[in-house]
Amino acid sequence: MARPLLQFNDNGIYCAAGDFYIDPWKPVDDAVITHAHSDHARWGNKRYLAHDLSREVMKYRLGDIRLETIGYNETIFKNGVKISFHPAGHVIGSSQVRVEHKGNIWVVSGDYKLEDDGVCTPFEPVKCHTFISECTFGMPVYKWKPPTEVHDDINNWWRTNASEGKTSVIAGYSLGKAQRILQHLDLSIGKVFLHGVIANTHGALLRNGIHLQEATRITSDLGRDQTKGGMVICPPSALGSPWMKRFHPYSFGYCSGWMTLRGAKRRRAADRGFVLSDHADWDGLIQAIDATECECVSLTHGYTASFTRYLSELGYDAHEAHTYYGGDEGVEEDSVLEESVINASEGEDV
Amino acid sequence: MKDFARLFTELDETNKTNEKVSVLKNYFISVPDEDKIHTLAIFTGRKPKRQINSTLMKLWAMEVSSIPQWLFEESYQVVGDLGETIALLFPDTDVTNDKPLSEWIAEINSLGLMTEEGRKQWLIDSWNIMNRQERFVFNKILTGSFRVGVSQNLIIKALAEISGLDAATLTHRIMGNWDPASFSFYDLMQEQDASDDASRPYPFCLAYAIQETSDKQKTAEEIGEHLGDPQLWQAEWKWDGFRAQAIHRGGKIFIWTRGEDLATDKFPELHSFLFDLPEGTVLDGEAICFSEGQPLPFNVLQTRIGRKNLTKKILAESPMVFIAYDCLEFAGDDIRSMPLKHRRSVLEKLHQHSSYSGIFRLSPVINFKSWQELYELRLTSRENYAEGFMLKKLDSVYQTGRKRGDWWKWKVDPLSVDAVMVYAQKGHGRRADLYTDYTFAVWDGDKLVPFAKAYSGLTDKEIKQVDYFVKRNTLEKFGPVRTVKPQLVFEIGFEGINRSTRHKSGVALRFPRILRWRQDKKMEDADTIETLRSMLDA
Ligand SMILES: [Zn+2]
Ligand SMILES: [Zn+2]
Repeated sequence: MARPLLQFNDNGIYCAAGDFYIDPWKPVDDAVITHAHSDHARWGNKRYLAHDLSREVMKYRLGDIRLETIGYNETIFKNGVKISFHPAGHVIGSSQVRVEHKGNIWVVSGDYKLEDDGVCTPFEPVKCHTFISECTFGMPVYKWKPPTEVHDDINNWWRTNASEGKTSVIAGYSLGKAQRILQHLDLSIGKVFLHGVIANTHGALLRNGIHLQEATRITSDLGRDQTKGGMVICPPSALGSPWMKRFHPYSFGYCSGWMTLRGAKRRRAADRGFVLSDHADWDGLIQAIDATECECVSLTHGYTASFTRYLSELGYDAHEAHTYYGGDEGVEEDSVLEESVINASEGEDV
Repeated sequence: MKDFARLFTELDETNKTNEKVSVLKNYFISVPDEDKIHTLAIFTGRKPKRQINSTLMKLWAMEVSSIPQWLFEESYQVVGDLGETIALLFPDTDVTNDKPLSEWIAEINSLGLMTEEGRKQWLIDSWNIMNRQERFVFNKILTGSFRVGVSQNLIIKALAEISGLDAATLTHRIMGNWDPASFSFYDLMQEQDASDDASRPYPFCLAYAIQETSDKQKTAEEIGEHLGDPQLWQAEWKWDGFRAQAIHRGGKIFIWTRGEDLATDKFPELHSFLFDLPEGTVLDGEAICFSEGQPLPFNVLQTRIGRKNLTKKILAESPMVFIAYDCLEFAGDDIRSMPLKHRRSVLEKLHQHSSYSGIFRLSPVINFKSWQELYELRLTSRENYAEGFMLKKLDSVYQTGRKRGDWWKWKVDPLSVDAVMVYAQKGHGRRADLYTDYTFAVWDGDKLVPFAKAYSGLTDKEIKQVDYFVKRNTLEKFGPVRTVKPQLVFEIGFEGINRSTRHKSGVALRFPRILRWRQDKKMEDADTIETLRSMLDA
């Protein structure tokens, strides 16, 4: 039997025929990048190929790299292997990577969601023989509400806080969630402020020609009364840090797919948990996989074992793949929990 | 059910006391009286009888869910709560219903008359006309596993604000053995008490602790500055048993614990003396194991309470007495508003006339002329099998709940709370393979907030038991830290407490340590963040 077109090895997802990697987790010569999240676009590769809209964020995050970019549905060849990028709907610039060689078609999904978030190009299914799919939320308890409902909830929460003289502080990953939150805020309620990390990402996106609603970077000379009643967008890592103190009195909201579960909401100690995710929910995953008309599917980050078993029972040739992905909604969550443990453990010194 | 589910969500979404009260008030104002009393019943632990056990509920939910059984089981593993799992997995429909809570409860109560098949159909039909949140709350009511994020005090506060009745009256009225079928919201709101519940206890009067730390002991002079003339105070040993209220009314006896559990059967030795008391008597005291004129260590009582059957052997090993502190009702009259001095003389008379003076004991009043004398005596607490002193003002009324000023506890080991273990980490050196370092949490509403980490204080045997528990009850692993199913309760002592903005709990403890494993307590019995905060102000 011929060698599979894509294989998982120690460095990442490898295409032997084209001699390149997709989203490698160890430094390689040629890296094709699905999107700019840090678990997919890592430092240290010789050459990068990514989508046009990932360019500035990748340069901001990875520094001076050798980067080539292309648009959606454009084609590029590497050693006779045909490569093209297709919208994944996950974050700005996120792509599924389609690889074709001798009539054999594979698609690497990267991270994806099916709903149109109004910020990035919506997901488009790509037909293939083998689909390498994420399954971060591959459990049937994860079912998203229509995003418009969640954005209404966020605006209502902001309005109530503002009327009570409180600042709203909302946490979401700096690439993806932050823009999505910002774009759907009702600016008639008040002003929006950005944590430095998020402001930097926004700067990069603006340089990339993306239009975003107006928001002010938080600097040390910004007075307390200027942010009062406003909306502050910060990364999850800011939770519980001294940085938050300046917004007192505030209400703290947390946006994540994990907020589906009451237990997760409690552990986060957020005043409000909004179920908003940039990943596909259970139905979304099944629908996306079905739309590829693939025969074979490999599952990465998430509930891979259960989801693989379920797809096998549906008749797919499904496999669990071991990867090092899981950066945005996967790992950040955990680090927040660790923080709370550490905070509690410091109880003895004052 | 819609309103009730919304109430639950809104209470879940805030951890601020005043917001919770206003959410409760809005709810109580907008729902019918039947729903009000049912809500009150559920919130105070008076759940409808369980008609469908969780095994059946799970089985039926699996049958109607569109996923394989193993995936249902795995989802349950992920969620950790059956009611929530079913709520999330059941397909959403557009059908809604406006059935009020009281009707749902009536339906639940009538399930006993139905066949199993009928109950199953009823359950599935019910799930079908609810949204996710309603389904969740409904399942919790049905399985009797309902916990709300509000203390009884907040509910009382909300009801007091909308009714104009005072909180103490309401607190008393909602105690005891009522159920919403026989006690209406109208009865609750009457100017005059409308209840005929013979078992109804009075709310316990609780004392604040005199705060001190080992590096900053309160001197006798400081105590004197605070409390004034020692002649105005009554001092008693603080006994280390179970605080209890003993009632003889209407030819029946009742023994209530502090946690409002009716525990009459747990204390058979106390029955005769109670029947012997005049009709219409209520005593406050300590149920404690006692032998040869001395209290036995607390763990003797703890072992006994843990047993399902009180065998002859256990009764012989842990004989029980009642050390009486106070008399709250005499000849059917509520005498709580009389001064302590008077209540004490009533108590002494009751004791004189009792033919069970070995079982019904008086908490001795300690003679002291000066605070200095009492200070020195307190240092002998442990030799006297006590935890310190209770100081009560002689002219004090018997208050409802915890009120500052008239009653103080002056403990030898002053600062402690009961807390739930939530994280565990392996130890060092010879204990490197055992989970010996624990993080503890207290309740903030229905959430557990971590507030301290402690290593020492358990025996090797206990450590092994806790380790065994940790390894079998891990919810999540993060590096060396395990999130543990919250269940085990420990008494945590500490030397000091300070405000802290760095910690989620808002407090930082100095030298926290485990005083003992409270196997007699359920996680619901752990202290709240308010308890810790109240220590800050003192
Ligand atoms: Zn991603
Ligand atoms: Zn990812």
